[in-house]
Amino acid sequence: MKSHVTFRNIVVAALLVMLALVPLYSAWIGNNFALILFTRIVILAIAAVSLNLIMGYGGMVSFGHAAYLGIGAYVVGILAYEGVPSGFLQWPLALVVSGLFALLIGALSLRTRGVYFIMITLAFAQMIYYVAVSLSRYGADDGLTIYRRSQFGGLDLSNKVVFYYVCLALLLLVILIVWRIVNSRFGMVIRGAKSNERRMRAIGFPTFRYRLTCFVISGVICGLSGALLANHTEFVSPADMHWTRSGDLIIMVVLGGMGSLFGPVIGAVAFLLLEEGLARLTEYWQIIFGPLLLAVVLYARGGIDGLLAGGKRG
Amino acid sequence: MGLRGDARSMVLFIEQCLNGLQFGLLLFLLAAGLTLVFGIMDLVNLAHGSLYMLGAYFAATFAALTGSFVLGAVLALAATLVVGMAVEVIAMRRLYGRDHLDHVLGTFGLILFFNELVRLVWGPAGRTLPLPDWLSTSVQIFPGVYYPTYRFTIIFVALAVALALYFVVMRTRIGMLVRAGASNREMIGALGINIKLLYTFVFGAGAALAGLAGLMQTPILTASIGMGENILIVAFVVIIIGGIGSIRGAFIASIFVGLVDTVGRAFLPTLLKLFLTPAAASAAGPALSSMLIYLLMAIILVVRPEGLFPAANR
Repeated sequence: MKSHVTFRNIVVAALLVMLALVPLYSAWIGNNFALILFTRIVILAIAAVSLNLIMGYGGMVSFGHAAYLGIGAYVVGILAYEGVPSGFLQWPLALVVSGLFALLIGALSLRTRGVYFIMITLAFAQMIYYVAVSLSRYGADDGLTIYRRSQFGGLDLSNKVVFYYVCLALLLLVILIVWRIVNSRFGMVIRGAKSNERRMRAIGFPTFRYRLTCFVISGVICGLSGALLANHTEFVSPADMHWTRSGDLIIMVVLGGMGSLFGPVIGAVAFLLLEEGLARLTEYWQIIFGPLLLAVVLYARGGIDGLLAGGKRG
Repeated sequence: MGLRGDARSMVLFIEQCLNGLQFGLLLFLLAAGLTLVFGIMDLVNLAHGSLYMLGAYFAATFAALTGSFVLGAVLALAATLVVGMAVEVIAMRRLYGRDHLDHVLGTFGLILFFNELVRLVWGPAGRTLPLPDWLSTSVQIFPGVYYPTYRFTIIFVALAVALALYFVVMRTRIGMLVRAGASNREMIGALGINIKLLYTFVFGAGAALAGLAGLMQTPILTASIGMGENILIVAFVVIIIGGIGSIRGAFIASIFVGLVDTVGRAFLPTLLKLFLTPAAASAAGPALSSMLIYLLMAIILVVRPEGLFPAANR
């Protein structure tokens, strides 16, 4: 029998309770700063969880994941601009379009391995970035302001607290989905293909199809995150899919702990709080953050989650 | 009248080809270091662009201090070499043998560090590097057609460096070690070669080449923070197309990518007008020409997942 009351699980539980209490804290101190910051954290945590699904469990290092974030955001932004404010249309369409792009990009990229895969996913993200830059009808380089958040009948997303809880609920739902996927037969094949793809093929699994499906699921989830991000900032711009944003997502996953269910959430919280905290400390915060990142890579394999688990995880 | 129009577009075409060649050769200076470091140390170095940037800033400062363009350039090269070797000893050395994801993250941290360092030392405004009088002239290439002397100088310097590099790699003892390192790292270590020193040397040389590319670009584009990042991605496209670890592949791919990018940007919008309405063409033109090299890379990777000239035994 393995006890579930470990130090790490207590920390994760505490983190979740803390996330649930953020609006109360915000109301208590009487300003929205923490609420807005944590809405952003929760939204990017969804994107990090989606990246972790393919990177941590499937060994597919996508250096272009911000593309789906941008696609999801742009679908919402463009529909809002064209006079389709209904969230019942905007959100499903954001998911479908991100999924279609992931299908196309994955089908081509998954033929390559290792560093070639990293670079080809980056190349596709760059292409989509330049498409966004050229959308002159939708603001091109300057981006597009969204004047109305997605309309969901009785659910008022312009209420910051409601919106925060919608995001948090979706984060938990996404974690649940990833948990179900990873522990299913499908997830076994994905994880098996990460450690030894040739063997998985030899036993008779068409690994390409499995990996592609996983890649598409990840793209869809990241698209959801993009749709939320567009509603949060009420603005979309090509900067949402700049390659450094893809880098940020990778940082969140690795900082928190790759291949761990809650790792990306921890990573997103840590990354964005660090960014906020260091930026307050000095204008030149990246001069501290950069070497810190290098130190995490060098000395804290398994990320924060690995440290919490006492280095027992692989 | 029609003939004069043809002649003018022919001249424009030749000019753009020369610009493409010049850009391609600059790319080669960056890509050579990148592909050597990758081929020999198996290290993905995103921070290579930072050395390009440092070369540019050093040159601007030293040229202003000494009052001589050439002296400034030489000092800048030496300084970039030293910084490169220091970076290798302090940080990169610890990353060898880690997986590529760790490299991407660690060197991403270095990019943040160097960008912020430059902002701290040189300030947020860019630096210019004025050309001396003897370089700011034009050369007549055809009767009535002039091309800037400085761009010719870039072409000649880069070609000379490419030749020298070829000679060093193919005809000297160090080059032999470099080639041996690229094909079997463990073996040359086992044969008693001081592999640490070799690595530091290769990294420093790659840094100096990147610095050279950066400082030669500065009189045209001025030195600015983050200048290394966009060109770095293009340099990665080059080494992926050329086949990682292959200098010959990098050379051919550099010139190919340089020509396609430059000539594409100049003529694609006009070309599209033959097939599309003017409005559609002017909207799609810039996007498509920015995407062209990524499209090229994606197609090449789909057809040949290891690039055009995969280095042997890897």
